[in-house]
Amino acid sequence: MGRFLLKRLANYAVLIVVATTMAYMIASLALHPRARYEGRNPPPPAAVVDSTLTAYGVNDKDPLVGRYVHWIGGVLHGDFGKTVTGGSINAELGARALVSLRLLLIGSILGAVLGVLVGVVSAVKQYRLTDRFFTAFSFFFIATPVFFTAVLLKFGALTVNDAAGTTLLNYVGYATPGLDAGFLGSAWDQVNHLVLPTLSIALAQIAYFSRYQRNSMLDVMGSDFLRTAQAKGLTRRRALFKHGLRTALIPMATLLAYSFGTLVVGATFTEKIFAWHGMGEWLVDSITNNDINVTATVAMFTAVFILLSGFLSDVIYAVLDPRVRVS
Amino acid sequence: MTTQAQSTTERAGADAPLLEVRDLTVEFQGEDGPVPAVRGVSYALTPGEVLGIVGESGSGKSVSSLAVMGLLPATARVTGSVRLRGRDLLGLSDRELARIRGRKIAMIFQDPLSALTPVYSIGDQIAETVMIHQGASKADAFTRAVELLDAVGIPNAAQRAKAYPHEFSGGMRQRVMIAMSIANDPDVLIADEPTTALDVTIQAQVLELLDTAREITNAATIMITHDLGVVAGIADRILVMYAGKAVESGRVEPVYADPRMPYTIGLLGSVPRLDRPGQPLTPIEGSPPNVARLPKGCPFVARCPVRISLCETVEPDLEPTAGGGRWAACHRSEEIELGRIHGAPVFPLPEIATLREELPREQRTAVLQVDNLAKRYAITKGAVLRRKIGTITAVDGISFDIREGEALGLVGESGCGKTTTIMQILELTPPEQGSVVVLGQDVGSLNSQQRKQLRRDVQVVFQDPMASLDPRLPVGDLIDEPLRSFGVPADKRRARVRELLSLVGLSPEHANRYPADFSGGQRQRIGIARALALEPKLLVLDEPVSALDVSIQAGVLNLLEDLKVRLGLSYLFVAHDLSVVRHIADRVAVMYLGRLVEVGAAGHVFERPTHPYTQALLSAVPIPDPVAERQRTRILVHGDLPSPANLPSGCRFRSRCPLFAELPSDQQQLCIDVDPQLESRGGDLASACHWARERQVLPGA
Repeated sequence: MGRFLLKRLANYAVLIVVATTMAYMIASLALHPRARYEGRNPPPPAAVVDSTLTAYGVNDKDPLVGRYVHWIGGVLHGDFGKTVTGGSINAELGARALVSLRLLLIGSILGAVLGVLVGVVSAVKQYRLTDRFFTAFSFFFIATPVFFTAVLLKFGALTVNDAAGTTLLNYVGYATPGLDAGFLGSAWDQVNHLVLPTLSIALAQIAYFSRYQRNSMLDVMGSDFLRTAQAKGLTRRRALFKHGLRTALIPMATLLAYSFGTLVVGATFTEKIFAWHGMGEWLVDSITNNDINVTATVAMFTAVFILLSGFLSDVIYAVLDPRVRVS
Repeated sequence: MTTQAQSTTERAGADAPLLEVRDLTVEFQGEDGPVPAVRGVSYALTPGEVLGIVGESGSGKSVSSLAVMGLLPATARVTGSVRLRGRDLLGLSDRELARIRGRKIAMIFQDPLSALTPVYSIGDQIAETVMIHQGASKADAFTRAVELLDAVGIPNAAQRAKAYPHEFSGGMRQRVMIAMSIANDPDVLIADEPTTALDVTIQAQVLELLDTAREITNAATIMITHDLGVVAGIADRILVMYAGKAVESGRVEPVYADPRMPYTIGLLGSVPRLDRPGQPLTPIEGSPPNVARLPKGCPFVARCPVRISLCETVEPDLEPTAGGGRWAACHRSEEIELGRIHGAPVFPLPEIATLREELPREQRTAVLQVDNLAKRYAITKGAVLRRKIGTITAVDGISFDIREGEALGLVGESGCGKTTTIMQILELTPPEQGSVVVLGQDVGSLNSQQRKQLRRDVQVVFQDPMASLDPRLPVGDLIDEPLRSFGVPADKRRARVRELLSLVGLSPEHANRYPADFSGGQRQRIGIARALALEPKLLVLDEPVSALDVSIQAGVLNLLEDLKVRLGLSYLFVAHDLSVVRHIADRVAVMYLGRLVEVGAAGHVFERPTHPYTQALLSAVPIPDPVAERQRTRILVHGDLPSPANLPSGCRFRSRCPLFAELPSDQQQLCIDVDPQLESRGGDLASACHWARERQVLPGA
């Protein structure tokens, strides 16, 4: 099994290189950093523009392959290059990745755990009131776009704050700027800032996962082996959890892992609405800024995360399902 | 019904009934009102007794035993009483029932793959039931699981206990199920179609094991099956169910010899019998009623050839008949005797064309000649750079021919290469080894246009009539399709479709309906009509009746027999059910691991088989006759089919051969060293065995 996972890891490494290369090429062809400089008023001299662009490694007059080799060479040494305005990508990448991960890790874990739970309960209580409630809940959040639910959450927070007469829930940024309240105080402040954006991510995830988990659980509930487990002397509840849930989780492993991977930049709306300066926001901004290096960097970051998720899903799968382990 | 329970009790002496089921009814919630699945079933069991519950799909036989176990979904409404040693089980909570299930009553299910949890090891799953009921520690329970696996004949039990269900063969999984069911020495064992998914050779092994299990535990056993042969072999009493009701019950011998309910008579008459090849089958017309909309009178009335007006209005109760603890639910049960009513058979014999030109076989033209045909599959490894690490020989140099108007039955266990053989033939492409000649044309020499033309002459009928008919096309279009693809003009096609529908016993008006509107048997008739559309010479039939209930199967078999004579067709008939093959085939080819081990006229192969594998196969088939069945000695083959990737040296069958085991070691050496070839054994019979000797394995043959 270890060999199987190592092989998969090697495959993923190749895929990351391919994905990053393609992202860089496409960004280089589609984005025009030169326009940024030439559009200035007054326009700087052509020679200055050229030398600046070359210095940042985004001059379209230099051969594309050469620029790419230079950039990827830097990446291999841990240097992602310069932004289109000359800033260091490395410094910003670290900060933004942390912001995104804090938001997404908690949101995804909550979404996955609660989603599975809601799905299981829905399946067990099929067609009862509980199930119907969860179904309505899920379809509401699946059907509403995240920018709508996020705004709704914001509106809700506003109402709560108004009613309380003080700021109970924060909905801008990830910390109150310039707050000096000691360690505990600022930790609480950060948690408070996390609540709403995390909810906006988790609610959608719960809705989405619970539908899949419900189906997968219903399949298992009709299965012969669950009947056997009961025929052996397990109560229905124990049979459901010991034999049913374990089997019903297998098809979920892939879904859970990959959806985390795609969230990394998929949370753009949430980040924008709650003014979190994370990866999603960065990607959108870099495209509007004609910033090739940042676009490629974010693409690479995403690829790494998607493939890490894939790897994680392989590991979970192998742990859950002996049929994979043996062959 | 009370009296019935009492009478069995008396028969069994002073023993109080161990399990007593009285007036059990089960209702499910349907779209429009309750659907009765079981309507008042009663029986009683004493320790060590075996009750066979027989019925077709949908008769309520499985539901009634799941109700006994308390394993039906909460939406099912169960009434009546189920008493285990006097304690009523209905109405107990799930927690209380859980203490009884697996300890007092254990159950064995039909499909042992889906009945075992895929993600836990076999040993853990058996240990679980020991831990629940005996409070054993995990290690002790596992040790006990290994003992149990050993007891049910799993080789290498200690090591195999750590394996997962998918690593076991079907027969081995069923052994695991049996081990699990006897783990806590239960009082009652319910086996729900335990051998239906298995090959006959494995079925024989499992039935023997079940018998042993019953002896060890002295458990009362309920054997639910559709196979009258299985019941004849092991049951003391039989209960026949139809549309949720018991319609006949009694001791096995008298019920088989002198059935009193027309449905039982019909069932017995529709089973092809290995020991009575010439006997025509009497199918039961129509199909079982929809239990959601039962007719007012007897549920069997629409299919019953001896119905009277009373049957239309009053449903008969299960009442004593014929003495000796016999019960039947029929208004005319007293008039019926030995399957006849006032001297005339209850089910009149069907008319089947028998006229045949009796040209000797050699003078008839060969429709299909297969010579030295082989098909190998490479086992590869690696995703990017595939490399071959071995080959699986699915078909290994087989030769046979089919003459005009002849039916060749190809038999063998699953995995022996039957399907590969027919697929290779149907492809009409040059095989990788050997040759296939259809109507004198070598398929290797055909161009694509000629190949298409030849397809007219070779048509196929598949096993699952539902899966092989597109549900979105009306039946007329389905049958029409081959005609269209060969450019037959529209008016001729319409006429042909009508003609074909009536040929297979359906009404031409059915052409506008969809496959879902038909029953299984009718669907298979549609499949046959489609295959016949282009007037083929050779029909390849791949398990054409194995998905059908026996009463339906008989009608399709009669149709095939009739068509063969009337249209002068030749059949290549693939089946695992040897009784069916015995009924329809003129010649038989027995296949084992890609080779033909015995080929010859059906009469020779069935009556004086010379290859030990054929003998074992034949002896494994249960015969629906309790007297004859219990006098037979089984020749059991050992173990499972070996992997085709890793064959034994010399004779491929020697690893399982019952004869090899008896041979002195100097004679065994020949089997180990030399691969036997097909040799003539006199008449139209050839077999591939160094020590071939005739052996009669069927009674009265």
